[in-house]
Amino acid sequence: MKRDDFPHIDMVSNQACLLTFSQVISEATSNYIAQVTQHLAKLSGIVDLVPSYTTLLVVFDDDHYDRFAMFKTIRQTIDVIDPNDFSIKDQREVVIPVYYGKEVGPDIENVANHCKLSIDEVIKRHHETTYRAYAIGFTPGFAFLGNTPDELHVPRKTTPRLKVPVGSVALAENQTAVYPSVTPGGWQIIGRTPINLIDWGSKNLALIAMGDSVRFEPISRDEFLVQGGQLDGF
Amino acid sequence: MAFKVIKPGLLALIQDLGRHGHQSIGLTTGGPMDEVAFRWGNALLDNDSNSAQIEITFGMFTLEAQAATSIAITGADLAATLNDKSITPWQTYAIKKGDVLAFHQPVWGLRAYLAVKGGFLCEPTLGSVATVMREKIGGLNGKGDKLQKGDLLAYQAYHDHQQSSVPRLAIPHYGNKEIPVILGYQYQSFSALERANFFSSDYKVSSNSDRMGYRLEGQAVHSDLKGIISEGIAYGAIQIPKDGQPIVLLQDRQTIGGYPKVGCVTRVGGSILAQQKPGDIIQFTPITVDQAERERHLQMARLAQWR
Repeated sequence: MKRDDFPHIDMVSNQACLLTFSQVISEATSNYIAQVTQHLAKLSGIVDLVPSYTTLLVVFDDDHYDRFAMFKTIRQTIDVIDPNDFSIKDQREVVIPVYYGKEVGPDIENVANHCKLSIDEVIKRHHETTYRAYAIGFTPGFAFLGNTPDELHVPRKTTPRLKVPVGSVALAENQTAVYPSVTPGGWQIIGRTPINLIDWGSKNLALIAMGDSVRFEPISRDEFLVQGGQLDGF
Repeated sequence: MAFKVIKPGLLALIQDLGRHGHQSIGLTTGGPMDEVAFRWGNALLDNDSNSAQIEITFGMFTLEAQAATSIAITGADLAATLNDKSITPWQTYAIKKGDVLAFHQPVWGLRAYLAVKGGFLCEPTLGSVATVMREKIGGLNGKGDKLQKGDLLAYQAYHDHQQSSVPRLAIPHYGNKEIPVILGYQYQSFSALERANFFSSDYKVSSNSDRMGYRLEGQAVHSDLKGIISEGIAYGAIQIPKDGQPIVLLQDRQTIGGYPKVGCVTRVGGSILAQQKPGDIIQFTPITVDQAERERHLQMARLAQWR
């Protein structure tokens, strides 16, 4: 079968199918996926949608759809979407305050050494870039943000930490992220935010949604503490 | 009115059919590991199909009733007793005030389901009471805790008990070790030899298996793909990590991942898999999506017909 007709649809199980939009990660693909996700979310009988970098997993209620009906519905939805329409109406910019530095970012010195930059230059490059949320996963509210500038690319730690404190801002390869909850983690930690990324009592639950653009804003130690930031956790 | 937990056992969790619609923010679904057994429990009592039940893993779990009701027990045979008298699963029992219900240890299978008339009364979080301990969500207090000694599992008292049992034909056979697998869209990335190995080998359930996934030990299989761009993981997906040992991802799975997948276990197959204990041996057998649909329809039709 020829597979150059993106997006293509594959059955994963009798209750799920996977839409593949591209073989390569790009902002255009991410936009397209965000649009299709928004459209499909309005349909009844769709149980769950899991958008990622180049794919969208669609979980459907098999009382509503068999696979033929599902394929047809997805095709009809995709047909009305212009993949080059970059004006997603509810695309948001999320700003995350970060207290950078050794006290809460124990890997910032390693990162600086690895990248042959000063600590201040690491902070500057990290917060001057606007990122895109390509995927949410790993733990609830964990947004994979890309891309970091080339000079900030660092490998994951060889031994992951067993406990990464809530709010830790970290780097790995060409991505950056904030840890929404205490979990094990192997990313290089450079700072911490005082704000919550996940709140089961809020309307959106997660602060960052797939497709959002995200910026980091440096704050001082005092501001961090005033906003409720915690210094312990390691 | 409530059941009081006398002995909490190894792992007893409040579950319904799961918390759906939030995987886009990375929140897993939870839900009963043996969905077939769970659905029969509610059907036996003429409950709503999503009514909350207790999933009892392994046993050593004892409750005392504070009021009359009807219960149904389905799933594993955990050598249950009612006031020290043996009772068998897949049927209903009348409960009166002061009765002591105990689940001892596995005779057959691993996870039993306790349903009560009208369902256990419990405040949902994001539309579900399903307990996911890792995410600290669901359960009695909404914080994802497993059941503890002294917990009160509330229900509406009920006095009009009706004896009923699941037809023998519909009771799953946990001794059947052939787990059906829908061939995946990444199946082509496994060579003919690797596929043959996967479907002809015995796999042992690892002691690292849990509600998140069943890890298997046996013949390693390898994909031509080194890794894939992280993508959504469906219930039942069989990931092949670098060491080639398959992992079947189940109810508490992570939502996205970057390992190639050889195929997907159905909910009916996953229900049988979830009844296997560490050390048990299973095999995989290939099926088509069409066969999986028919199997599912047959199962749902049996439930509907019975009701």
